[in-house]
Amino acid sequence: MTTPVARSNGVRLADGQWHRLHPATPLLRGGIAFVAILGVIIVNFRDVAIEVFFRGPVNGGGSGGRPDPLTFVLENGLIGVVILAIMGVLLLCIAGFYVSWRMHTFRITDELVEVRSGVLFRTNRRGRLDRIQGINIVRPFLARLFGAAKLEVNVAGQDANVQLAYLGSGAADELRREILLLASGTREQRAGSADAGLAGHLAGSATTGAAGLIERRVGEFTAPELDANAIEPTSVVRINLGRLAGSLVLSGFTVWTIIGAVLAGIFIARTGEFFVLIGIIPALIGVTGFYVSRFTRSIRYSIAATPDGIRVGFGLLSTSNETLPPGRIHAIQVSQPLLWRPAGWWHIQLNRASNSWTNGASGQANTTILPVGNLDDVRKVLELMLPGAIDEDAAALLERGLVSRGGDDGFHNSPRRAAILRWFSWRRNGFAVNPGFVLFRHGAIYRELVIVPHARAQSIALSRGPIYRWLRVSHLRVHTVAGPVSAELGAIDEGDALELFGELASRAVTAANSDTTHRWRAS
Amino acid sequence: MTTNTESDDQQAEAVAVTPGATPGWQHVSGKYIAVDLVGWLISAVIMVGLTSLVPFLTGLTPLWALPAILAVVFLVNILFTPRRVRAIAYQLRDDDLLFRRGLMFERIVAVPYGRMQLVDINRGPLDRALGLSELKFVTAAAATGVVIPGLPAAVAEELRDALVELAESRRAGL
Repeated sequence: MTTPVARSNGVRLADGQWHRLHPATPLLRGGIAFVAILGVIIVNFRDVAIEVFFRGPVNGGGSGGRPDPLTFVLENGLIGVVILAIMGVLLLCIAGFYVSWRMHTFRITDELVEVRSGVLFRTNRRGRLDRIQGINIVRPFLARLFGAAKLEVNVAGQDANVQLAYLGSGAADELRREILLLASGTREQRAGSADAGLAGHLAGSATTGAAGLIERRVGEFTAPELDANAIEPTSVVRINLGRLAGSLVLSGFTVWTIIGAVLAGIFIARTGEFFVLIGIIPALIGVTGFYVSRFTRSIRYSIAATPDGIRVGFGLLSTSNETLPPGRIHAIQVSQPLLWRPAGWWHIQLNRASNSWTNGASGQANTTILPVGNLDDVRKVLELMLPGAIDEDAAALLERGLVSRGGDDGFHNSPRRAAILRWFSWRRNGFAVNPGFVLFRHGAIYRELVIVPHARAQSIALSRGPIYRWLRVSHLRVHTVAGPVSAELGAIDEGDALELFGELASRAVTAANSDTTHRWRAS
Repeated sequence: MTTNTESDDQQAEAVAVTPGATPGWQHVSGKYIAVDLVGWLISAVIMVGLTSLVPFLTGLTPLWALPAILAVVFLVNILFTPRRVRAIAYQLRDDDLLFRRGLMFERIVAVPYGRMQLVDINRGPLDRALGLSELKFVTAAAATGVVIPGLPAAVAEELRDALVELAESRRAGL
C-alpha cells in the first residue's frame, strides 16, 4: 500500500517512484463489455419475469423450441444456486480487476518511462525520454465522465508506445508537463515548476466533498478543450465549422459517392431492374455515418505552440490532444486537391518516427496535422512546425511553392524536354534549397509541396533509368522515416540533380551535427 | 587468381580503417561475378522451365514465345553481369558513405555515418564457399536500402567495425 495512486492530489508523479493508475481503470478499460453482458442478461430475465407475473406459471420452455435456460432454472428451483454462481463470478471478476490494477504500475525517472503490468504474464516496457516523439492525452467520452484520461508516450519505432491508461485528468496534464520537462534537458527549472504545480493542485483541491467533486467534474467537462494558460494565443490555428463541412463535401469520398449513385441510376434506367435499390438504405446510413464521424471528430480542432512543441487538440465528446516536441517532424507535405482550389484550401500531412494506434482528427491517421486550412493557416502551421527556420524569404518561397504556376520563381524546375514525363506540371515540377530545409514542388492538377528539414534526412538517393538517361534528367529522393509523405522529385535536369545531391548530402551531415532538438531546452 | 584477390583485400582494408583517407571508388571483389552469375542462371532455368511447361504439355506453339522472351532477357542479363558487378562501388567520404550500383538503372545513395542504426553481415552458401560477405546498412528510413554485396569476409568485418565506430562517434538523433 506504499505505492501512491495517480490522482491529482498533489503527488508528483515523475519522481522515479512506482505509481498506480486511476482506480476506475478496470471499469473504463473492460467496463463497457461487462455492462453490455449484464444488460443482455437483465433484458432476457425481464422477458421471463413478465411471463411469470402476467401469464401465470411458465410451461416447459415454449412450443417445441429448446428450453430457455432461465425458464429451466426457475422450474427446477435452482435460483439460489444461480444467484450464488453469478455472485461468485462477479466477485472473481472484481478480485481479478483489483489484482491487475494493483500489479499495473509505472514510474518516470530522469532517463526513461517504464510500465509494469500483467498478473500471470508480466510485461515490462521502457521508453527512453530523449527518444520521445510525442505525448498524447486521449479522453474518451466515458473516461471524461469519470475525470480520467489516457496518456500515451510515443517513442521512436513502429507501435512503440508506452501507454498509461487511465490517469486522473489533471494528473495526466501534469505528468505530460513533467515528462516533457525531463525530456527537454532542463535541470534547473525543475524544482521551481514542480512547486508551482503542487501549489496549483492544493488550490484546486480546496473544494472537497461530494458537491465540490461534481462541480469540478462539470467544470472539467465544459472547459474549453484548449487551456488558454498553456499556450501563446497568437499562434493558435482553428478550423471554423463552415470550412470543415465544406472540405468534407468537396472530398474525394463525395465524388466517388456521386459516381456510384449515377452508375446505379444508369443501371436502373437501362435494365428496369430495381433490386439495386435494396442496397440504398444501408449505403445511405454508411455515407451519413462517415460524414458525421468525420465532422464530430474534427470539431474544436486547434493547433498551438507551447514551449515544448506543437500541441494538436480536437474532439467534442471524446477529446484528444497531442504534444509534438521540436524536431520530431521528419517530412511535411502540403497538398491541394483540385476540388479545393477554388476555395483555396490546403491539407497538411507529415512523417514522424512513431506510429500510434490512436487515430488523429476525423478518424484519419495521426499523420494529418491540418485537415483543412487556407493559406494563412498553412503559413502559421508551417511556422509552428519549422520554428526559427522561416524568415521573410522562406515564407515567400513557401508561398510560391504552393501557388506558383512555375517559371522563374526561385525554384529549379524541370527542363522543357521533360514535358513528356510531366505533361501538365513540368513548369512547376522543381526544387528549392533553403538553409533549414529542402522543398520539392510537384503537381499542376493536384498541387503538392514537400518539405524536409536537412537535419531529419536519413540518406539521399539519385537514380535514373534508360528513358531518364536519354532525356538527360534524374530522379532524386530524400529518405525519411516511413509515413504518408515521400520526398522525391523526378524529371529534373541531371546537372541540377547532381548539384542538389551534393548539396543535400553535405547539408544533411552539418545539420545533423548541429541539431540539438532531442534536448530542446538544454542549450 | 589468389594473388589478385589478396591485393584486393589489402586495398579495401586500408580504406576500411581510415575513412576519407583514400578518395575514389572501391569496387567489390571480382569473385562476386561468379555468385551473381550462378544466381541468375538458377532463376533463368527455373523461370524458363516453368513457362515452357505449359506449351510443352498443351502443344500450343504460340505459347513458346513467353519462355523465348524470358530466355533472351536472362541471356542479356547474364552477359552484362560482369559489367554490372564492376559498376557496384562504394566510397568512404569524410562524413558519409557513398554507394552506387546499376548500369541501365543507375542509383547513387549518400548515407551520413551518424544516420546508420545498424550494420548487418549476410553470407549465402555460395558467398561462404568463395569467402565473400554482404554488408547491409540500416537507417531509420526503410527506403535507404544500401547493400554492398561481394566483399571479402575480412574486409566486410573490418568495414563493419569501422562503420559502427564512426556511427557511434557521430551519433545524431533521429
